[in-house]
Parts: sequence; C-alpha cells; structure tokens
Amino acid sequence: MSANLSSLLFLTTGVLFILALRGLSSPETSRMGNLFGITGMILAIIVSILSVDIFFSNLIYFMIALSIGGVIGGIIAFKIPMTAMPQLVAGFHSLVGLAAVLVAVSAYYSPDSFGLGAFQKIKTASIIEMGLGVSIGAITFTGSIIAFMKLQGLMSGSPITFPGQHYLNALLGILIISLIGYLIINQSQQIFWILIVASLFIGFLIIIPIGGADMPVVISMLNSYSGWAAAGIGFTLENTALIITGALVGSSGAILSYIMCKGMNRSFLNVILGGFGTDNSSSDTKEKTEQKPVKSGNAEDAAFLMKNASSVIIVPGYGMAVAQAQHALREMVDKLKKNDVKVSYAIHPVAGRMPGHMNVLLAEANVPYDEVFELDDINNDFANTDVAYVIGANDVTNPVAKTDPKSPIFGMPILDVEKCKSVLFIKRSMSPGYAGVDNELFYRDNTLMLFADAKKMTEDIVKHLD
Amino acid sequence: MEIDPFIFRLSIFILSIFIGYFVVWSVTPSLHTPLMSVTNAISSVIIVGAIIASFSSLEGSSISFSNILGFVAVTLAAINIFGGFLVTQRMLQMYKKKEKKKNK
Repeated sequence: MSANLSSLLFLTTGVLFILALRGLSSPETSRMGNLFGITGMILAIIVSILSVDIFFSNLIYFMIALSIGGVIGGIIAFKIPMTAMPQLVAGFHSLVGLAAVLVAVSAYYSPDSFGLGAFQKIKTASIIEMGLGVSIGAITFTGSIIAFMKLQGLMSGSPITFPGQHYLNALLGILIISLIGYLIINQSQQIFWILIVASLFIGFLIIIPIGGADMPVVISMLNSYSGWAAAGIGFTLENTALIITGALVGSSGAILSYIMCKGMNRSFLNVILGGFGTDNSSSDTKEKTEQKPVKSGNAEDAAFLMKNASSVIIVPGYGMAVAQAQHALREMVDKLKKNDVKVSYAIHPVAGRMPGHMNVLLAEANVPYDEVFELDDINNDFANTDVAYVIGANDVTNPVAKTDPKSPIFGMPILDVEKCKSVLFIKRSMSPGYAGVDNELFYRDNTLMLFADAKKMTEDIVKHLD
Repeated sequence: MEIDPFIFRLSIFILSIFIGYFVVWSVTPSLHTPLMSVTNAISSVIIVGAIIASFSSLEGSSISFSNILGFVAVTLAAINIFGGFLVTQRMLQMYKKKEKKKNK
C-alpha cells in the first residue's frame, strides 16, 4: 500500500475516533459512536498489516497474539461486574502504558523497520519523541497498577507518605528530563533502560500517596497520560492515527481530571501532592467528639416516611457500590412510584470512584437516565422535596462545606440535602467520611439515621412498603 | 525553504487537542464512565506500532527480540481493544429512556 494512501486511511481512523467521542454527547447517539470507534480500529489494523512486509511465520504468531488478547479482553468485558469498572479501567490503562513501552523498546532495537535510521543512530527528533513516549508509557503502567491495586483492595486505600517524598519525586523528574536530553548525544542502551526504570519508579511514587476518594482524579489523570504516551509513540512512528488519538485521549483525561478537582474544590496539584485528611485537619475535629444526640430509626420508620411523601430524592454514593445496593434501590423506587411518589436521583460529580460511576450503576439497575440528575440541575429542588434518601454518600452532603472556612472540605460544592423536609441517612456507623470531617447533618432534627448495610436496609424498606 | 514534516504532525497534534477539548466538553456527565472506557479502547490504536514491531526484520529470518516485544504488545493492545469496546457497548446498552407507560 502506498504511503500516501495509508496516511489518508490513518487520518480516516482519526476522524472515526472523533465521531466516536462525539456520539457520547447523548445516550441515543452513543451506541452509534461506539460503532464508529470499532470501525476506526479495524481500519487502522488492516491498513498497518497491509503496509508492512508480511512473512508467514510472524503472521502466525501475530494472529495467535491477537486471538489470545481478543479472547481475554472479551471474557473480561462480559464477566466484569459494573461495580468493578474503576479498577477495570485502571487495569486497561496499565496495558496501554506497557504496550507503549514495548513498542518504543522494539523501535529502539530495530529502528530501520520503523524508518527511524540505524541502531543507536536514530534521528534526533525521533529519539526525543521515543524517550517521551517510553517515559510517559512507563509512568502510566506502574501508576495504573497501583491505582488498580488500591481500587481492587489488594492494597490499602489510605495514602502512603514518607519524609522527603516530594524531593525524591522532583529529583526523579529532573533525572528523567536530563536522560531524555542526554539520549540526543548518546543513544546507549544503558541510558535508555535507566530512563525506563526511573519512569517506572516515579509512576509508582506518584500514585501511592493518593487516597481512595481521590481516585476519580487519579483515574482521569492516568487516562490522560495513556493518551500522551500514545501521542509520543505516534510522533516517533510518524503515524497520524496515533497522534490524533493520543491528543483526543490526552485532552479527554485532562478535562475529566479538571471536572473531578472542581467537584472537590481542590487544585490538581493539591490532589497529586497527596494525603487528604492525613494532615493537621483531623486534630480540629477531635475536640468536638462529645456525644451529640442523634435520631436513629429503622426500616419501618423510613418506609412510612417515604410512602407518605410526595417527592423523594435519592443521593447515591460509593457506599451503594460497595454494598451492591443499586438493584434493591430500584425495587424500592418502583414501589414508591406505585404509591404516586415522585422520585429522582441526584448525583454529585465525585460520587463513587470514577467519573460517572453512579450513573453506570443506576443504568445497570434499569433506572431510566432521564430520572438521574447532575448537581447543578437538581440542587434547587431539595428545598421543595419531602425526603432525601442518602445511600452511601457522606462528604458530598456535608453543610460544613458552606459554613466553616476552617474545614478541609470548605468550598466544595455539595448537594443541599439539608433543605429537604426530612433526610434519611443510611450509614453503617457514625464514623466520619473519607475527609475525616464530622457531618453535622447527622445531628439535625430532620435527619433520621438508619444504621445498617445499604443493601440490607433498602431491602427491609421494600418489605415494609407493601 | 521546505517545511519539516514534523511541523505538519505537530499541527495535527495541536488541532486534535482542540477538537478533543470541545468534543469532550459536550459529552454528557452521565456518560463519563463510558467515555473513559472508549478513550481507553481507542488509545489501543498503539497496536499499529505493535504490528510494525511484530513484522520488523533483521537480516536473518528467525524471530528477533523486537518481534517478541511486538507480539506481547499486540496481545496487550488486543485485550484493550476487545475489552474496551465490548465493555463500552455493554454499558451503553443499559442506558435506556423511561419506558412508555403501557400498563395504564
């Protein structure tokens, strides 16, 4: 295939990918968008196979590799529970990172096949691009593995910090940049491998100090990295499809990180530098631990309250995902609707462990997406609502974010649950939320605490609604 | 003076970032999880590099180090391609509108 034709077809791939993302602007067009994406990918694979010199033995191995990967990917895609999406996406990011590293190493050892010059005499521009690609790829790889382990519970979700951490990171960062610079003068194998090892190490170091509830930012950030890594390799291989895709994915991840940070009213740097709730903020809350009266109730009370309400807003959070309570919740809502109660769902941008996590879980439980609202669209409705049913959320409802400038979550946009006539708050215990801040909502007169597992409590309420 | 082809690629790159910026802002927040899984799937287009690596040849006809790296990279990218697109499809199938009230 001529180079011009293949370039044009790679450009087509890029366009199809843009259309794939464009489709996601509404659920109706999204499935079509995904088909565009698949078409683009098939096109890219066919064009690249037609552009290389095929020899038979390698073709066999290639087909085997493709089938093994395809079968594994297919099985994962059908078996994975929706509650595990965050760790799945983190795991997938690590694969993109590792693939980028492998491609770059391969290009380093046989640059002639990639059209980059001879071994250790690679064109200057290409070696810089290759260095950047391999470095970002390696960071994505180890960073995503750590994120995966934290989300999967293979590793504690609490931040791991040690003295001098930021200096070590800064030092490694400088080392990586200097090594990429040094590759221009000296393309020796040692330098190349030290660059890879240093990048692997910094990827690990960047993610360990970040805690569980900051995971939405981390996943989005790694999403962005995997894009930049692909773009770096795209420049090395002079491939338009990779460059376009890398730019799309990179900016997509960056935007999601921004939205997540804004949802927590924290700067990106603040999240990266790690350790929410681990610093001095906890000393403040300790003095207030004297027992304040809390009204607690049972499933019967909750069922009674909701049955007699005319409107209910459900506020789901990560606890709902942990308890797998989405199906029980939907059952409860169906019963309420039969009693002519108006029900809607309110979703905070950072609810759950990844952007849009709650929406997917509710969609899985067959909740129609037009009953699910984002923070800005529903926040004014709380004042006219009878009951708020908070299931597995905590910090995102804490009024302290609006009233106490000293609180670590001050300024974070919250769902105005407290404006409802009554609030039902399902929680396993009185322990504070992730931010380590006591939620003053618990002590309000109009709050009824339901101490139980989210799923069990919801199921009990369903029984009492009959 | 002739323009370095690098500049063309850089132009494509910069403009694509802007396209990405505008397209992603128009994605509805309820689809942010599918957005992440589909961007993950399309970033596996890195398989084009893995294919070049798989068929790169040294003088001898035997399988080289680069080929092996290529095969591994193809496997990883394939997991991502199939896994990413299929799981996205599975998620998107679940986003349904409110059913028309038939039993009324």
